[in-house]
Amino acid sequence: MPTRLGLRAALVSLALFGVLIGLWHVATLGTGTVVKMDPAYAKLMGATATQGKSAMPGPADVGAKIWQHLKDPFYDRGTNDKGIGIQLAYSIARVAIGYLLAVAVAIPLGFLIGMSPLMSRALDPFIQIMKPISPLAWMPLALYTIKDSGISAVFVIFICSLWPMLINTAFGVSSVRREWLNVAKTLEMGAARTAWRVILPAAAPTILTGMRISIGIAWLVIVAAEMLVGGTGIGYFVWNEWNNLSITNVITAILFIGVVGMVLDQLMARLQRLVSYAD
Amino acid sequence: MSFDDPLDADRPLSRGGCSCGSHASQTEHDAAIIGSVDARLSRVVEAAVMRALFPHDLARRTFLRAVGTSTALAAISQFFPLGTATEVFAQTAAPEKKSLKVGFIPITCATPIIMAHPMGFYTKHGLDVEVVKTAGWAVIRDKTLNKEYDAAHMLSPMPLAITLGVGSNAIPYAAPAIENINGQAITLAIKHKDKRDPKSWKGFKFAVPFDYSIHNYLLRYYVAEHGLDPDTDIQIRAVPPPEMVANLRADNIDGFLGPDPFNQRAVYDGVGFIHVLSKELWEGHPCCVFAASKEFITTTPNTYAALLKSIIDATAFAAKSDNRKQIAAAIAPANYLNQPETVLEQILTGTYADGLGSVKTDAKRIDFDPFPYESFAVWILTQMKRWGQIKGDVDYAGVAKQVYLATDTARLMKEVGLTPPTATSKTFSVMGKAFDPNKPEEYVKSFAIKRAA
Repeated sequence: MPTRLGLRAALVSLALFGVLIGLWHVATLGTGTVVKMDPAYAKLMGATATQGKSAMPGPADVGAKIWQHLKDPFYDRGTNDKGIGIQLAYSIARVAIGYLLAVAVAIPLGFLIGMSPLMSRALDPFIQIMKPISPLAWMPLALYTIKDSGISAVFVIFICSLWPMLINTAFGVSSVRREWLNVAKTLEMGAARTAWRVILPAAAPTILTGMRISIGIAWLVIVAAEMLVGGTGIGYFVWNEWNNLSITNVITAILFIGVVGMVLDQLMARLQRLVSYAD
Repeated sequence: MSFDDPLDADRPLSRGGCSCGSHASQTEHDAAIIGSVDARLSRVVEAAVMRALFPHDLARRTFLRAVGTSTALAAISQFFPLGTATEVFAQTAAPEKKSLKVGFIPITCATPIIMAHPMGFYTKHGLDVEVVKTAGWAVIRDKTLNKEYDAAHMLSPMPLAITLGVGSNAIPYAAPAIENINGQAITLAIKHKDKRDPKSWKGFKFAVPFDYSIHNYLLRYYVAEHGLDPDTDIQIRAVPPPEMVANLRADNIDGFLGPDPFNQRAVYDGVGFIHVLSKELWEGHPCCVFAASKEFITTTPNTYAALLKSIIDATAFAAKSDNRKQIAAAIAPANYLNQPETVLEQILTGTYADGLGSVKTDAKRIDFDPFPYESFAVWILTQMKRWGQIKGDVDYAGVAKQVYLATDTARLMKEVGLTPPTATSKTFSVMGKAFDPNKPEEYVKSFAIKRAA
């Protein structure tokens, strides 16, 4: 029964995809009004003006563009023109560095907050104020103080991935069942050993949930951050093509961003399944 | 007393086949003396010192015969620092720093900065320059201020604003070369093709690239001359150039006074038409500049000189209309401007579609002249004052002289074989109204529509 359900869902997905592409194709098919022009004049004009071609690319244009990028993803034609593979690699590297730094800070700090009611209360106002700040609002401040746009982007990733992990870790740690802690106490386990052998496995699913939320946010933010600072990365690629008013390339980049985001999320989901347990 | 090498005791004093007398012809002489620049420089310095020490040929020759040339030089260098003298003399000697980063905004104003890379003007002057595309004016300012870039492409009012501390911290900045003159336009949405009279523009929304831009001042000037107050009768917003066309298409703005390629791009995509070229408002107005911090100029003077020479050289190349097609092809790829080549060609050659069905020709639509006249800076300052961006007394001439380094540029222009203008200021007129750089305050007062008291 579950396999048949899966099959049916896949069929519905495919049908939806087909309808979407079809609608898109039809919507971009229409030719606009074409004014008669002098041939010498027409030669100086773009296809939108001369043939009434829609300014929005159709699915075929985008498909061709994707294929073109996939054929040669790692070319390097100078500082400002690199293949989409290289751009994605830059973005993933920035996310990885900022995210791992955030893990290194958020999880120990989350343990501290979760295990100590005093620290929990003391740090609470700070977390509450810092959490809702849009990570991009930090950008001018980061650029001004760090004085390096690459590190500023990493910092923005760090700050945006920090809060979900911190809050989830603290929550997971503080809601470990009392009985388990009491058992540990009866067995005369030390604080460190309790944290490592009892609390960590018990809180792991909650912590991983926080980490999964964080990676999603980090990937959302990197595109915006790179559009701001420029240089390299998929966000820069989108900006550069926007600059050329190349909607085809922008749509292509959007699709690539979506696929990478999905892969990152699935990786975290795998990890989450590894540590989950049934009560 | 005509000789090139006073260190040689046997050099004939009479003139032979060439200027030094030891070669059969002048051509042979020229070929022989073109050695490495460094060797030649130190030779020139040594020669000058020798001449100063021994003004009489007889005494010099006797001295050289007695001790030998190398001993003589060693002896002289004991009490005269020949090495330092060579360094001081060698303004064109090896740059302190070879690999540089220069930021640019992808518009045709940056043509000299960009083309100098693919066309080899940087390498010609011994530099390895990386030209980095940047997302906006505020970012290029911040990246230059925090030294990620050694120098950058800026709008002509920006170094003035940075130096005065308007819109950022006050940091002494300099504009040693104008990137381009002319080359902007007022573009209106196609639906306004019957509203060619600015008096009918009440309520229009316009875009300019930045608050501190010649575009902002020219647009304000233009509408004010037609009796509209730019602050109350129309709306002016700062919009990054690439978004201007998209906003025009989306009907968010009625027009813009923006940099190319976006005027021509609006025409190319059939969303706008060129109402008026900026050169029709002010023939020869400066637009963008090549800017560097005073700190960069003083700590690495040789690098600065080499970089500026590359830019001046490239600008001179771009000024020739025969080279324009070739330049359009060089800067069109994604690594540089990332624009269709036909669009760039129309801008640079000046034969362009106006968006209303006719082909126009104006070879000076965009032009290149690196000389940073101080009067340009004074005019910009008067407009900053006029629209309330700066308040109180302004030292027009002082700030202009400090930021627009006309004297420096003139020296380097000579070194690359160009003839700089003799005066560092010139008078001009904007929309038929003459501007006297010596009377800036009167000029500001002469306008009916202004924010300044």
